[in-house]
Amino acid sequence: MTTYLDGNAAAGKLSEIFAVDITAAVTRCDGCGQTGVFAETRLYLDAPGMVARCPGCDHVLLRVVTTSSETYVDLRGLTYLRLPTP
Amino acid sequence: MVVSPGFTGRRRSGTELPPGQYLTHEFPVLSAGPTPQIRTDHWEFTVATESGETYKWDWKALLALPAEDITRDIHCVTRWSKLQTEWKGVSLDTVLADVETAADYALVHSYGGYTTNLPLEDLLDGQAWIAYEYDGEPIHPEHGGPARLLVPHLYFWKSAKWVRGMVLSDSEDLGFWETAGYHEYGDPWKEQRYAGD
Amino acid sequence: MERTAVRRRLSWQVATVADVRRETATARTIVLDVPEWPGHLAGQHLDVRLTADDGYRASRSYSIASAWSGGQIELTVEEVEDGEVSPYLVEVLKPGDPLELRGPVGGWFVWRPEQEGPVQLIGGGSGVVPLRAILRAHAEAASTTPVRLLYSVRRPTSVIYVDDLKELASSDHVDVRLVYTREAPDGEPRVGRIDAELIDQLAFTPADEPTTYVCGPTPFVEAVADLLVAAGHDPARVRTERFGPTGGPQ
Ligand SMILES: Cc1cc2nc3c(=O)[nH]c(=O)nc-3n(C[C@H](O)[C@H](O)[C@H](O)COP(=O)(O)OP(=O)(O)OC[C@H]3O[C@@H](n4cnc5c(N)ncnc54)[C@H](O)[C@@H]3O)c2cc1C
Ligand SMILES: [Zn+2]
Repeated sequence: MTTYLDGNAAAGKLSEIFAVDITAAVTRCDGCGQTGVFAETRLYLDAPGMVARCPGCDHVLLRVVTTSSETYVDLRGLTYLRLPTP
Repeated sequence: MVVSPGFTGRRRSGTELPPGQYLTHEFPVLSAGPTPQIRTDHWEFTVATESGETYKWDWKALLALPAEDITRDIHCVTRWSKLQTEWKGVSLDTVLADVETAADYALVHSYGGYTTNLPLEDLLDGQAWIAYEYDGEPIHPEHGGPARLLVPHLYFWKSAKWVRGMVLSDSEDLGFWETAGYHEYGDPWKEQRYAGD
Repeated sequence: MERTAVRRRLSWQVATVADVRRETATARTIVLDVPEWPGHLAGQHLDVRLTADDGYRASRSYSIASAWSGGQIELTVEEVEDGEVSPYLVEVLKPGDPLELRGPVGGWFVWRPEQEGPVQLIGGGSGVVPLRAILRAHAEAASTTPVRLLYSVRRPTSVIYVDDLKELASSDHVDVRLVYTREAPDGEPRVGRIDAELIDQLAFTPADEPTTYVCGPTPFVEAVADLLVAAGHDPARVRTERFGPTGGPQ
């Protein structure tokens, strides 16, 4: 069974990279234009890296790969992340 | 380093394995997306060359090519290795026999959008296959069926599941994981996991 | 939109196991002293990282089972057969041991006392863990928000937090219902999974405009979320937390 988790589960990894909680941010999918909370994206962890996909169209929204010394963050699939102004 | 007293984790090492790998007897399913369900009557494999030529095979044409039984160790970059896995498929030497190309690189494409890059020479000389049976059965969709690439001398992310074709070119275009920090070549014996390793 | 809960980059820190408590034959609560704990919201989780003596590492996510009132935090772990991490946490880890963790994280699957509207909690198996934290936070805030918990378990012996749930259910504002899928105690005629009829009878209706939190194994969460949407609940008010496998390289 290949299965995904909720975007919530990315919170730990993302907290090492961003100082704000990305999982509560609103995202817009660059593939289909759907907006939603990042926590509700589909998260695939059983892979060489972390991949979040759009629940509407499966487009890749975010990828994170941690190598021996660096972390790669690919946000190409997101038109935007919308966060409350502090 | 904070050691967790009494924690061993999954069994690792063994001298016959590449560095940093552990042995598994299961066949872990890795996926970075939903599993595509591809009917063999819709399946197609396409090769596009550097001169713009394309070549196509449907499922029947693939099965009509001479097949081989392949027994090899496989090594996943997430650190598991599985020994003596048994596959059946068609050698890429056979598939590409009539393809006219002088390209150096291949970008392999899959159903579902996955890509991975390899030097063309790593796909030839009995090193790579389009496999359609695993352990005597059609390959399960979770493991890349109906057909996947099998390139066992490189980390297993190069063995693209749900393979649907490749683009041959003179320059190297990086694939899905290779654009996100993974090594462009991925030799497990040299432990080429990440870019720069 | 929710206010974000965390405003700094996190890294791993070392907690110390203060106490362990058996909940069932396969589940255990772990009480931790965490030197730098900023407090947390009910429903948040953390990541645990284990390291073998040769450097091999594995990490997994665990919900925080307790509400924050200063002091210690609690996790509750259900042992997954042949699992890499959960059997260690349930069977091996002991008081005094170090445990590396990163958290608290997750600002969406959370409940805040100031939040408006009734709260529907639906948990399956260990999915009750963050819901227990929400009930605890509700009690600690002396909140009068109506809360209902539907808790799906296999059999009476699988219930975690038995005494705690009894105490929490004594509040006028809290309703706790157990749903038995394999074997029910004497006097409970219903055995079976949560279905449309049960949701209809026991859960807040769409007209109540509840915020619903669904947590448990992936198939459980999917089935319940589908039932809720079919019953007319606004998907935007249904928050889910799938407890599927969280392995992979870290
Ligand atoms: C946000 C979040 C919060 C979580 N909170 C808790 C919690 O509070 N308490 C808790 O006990 N667990 C919780 N989990 C699940 C936990 O992270 C682990 O997945 C679980 O403990 C199994 O880890 P393992 O290493 O023992 O098993 P693995 O070695 O990862 O897996 C072993 C086998 O069991 C299967 N498996 C893994 N996890 C599960 C599962 N949850 N249900 C059924 N089969 C599974 C795997 O597919 C595999 O076949 C949470 C998960 C997430 C994403
Ligand atoms: Zn989309």
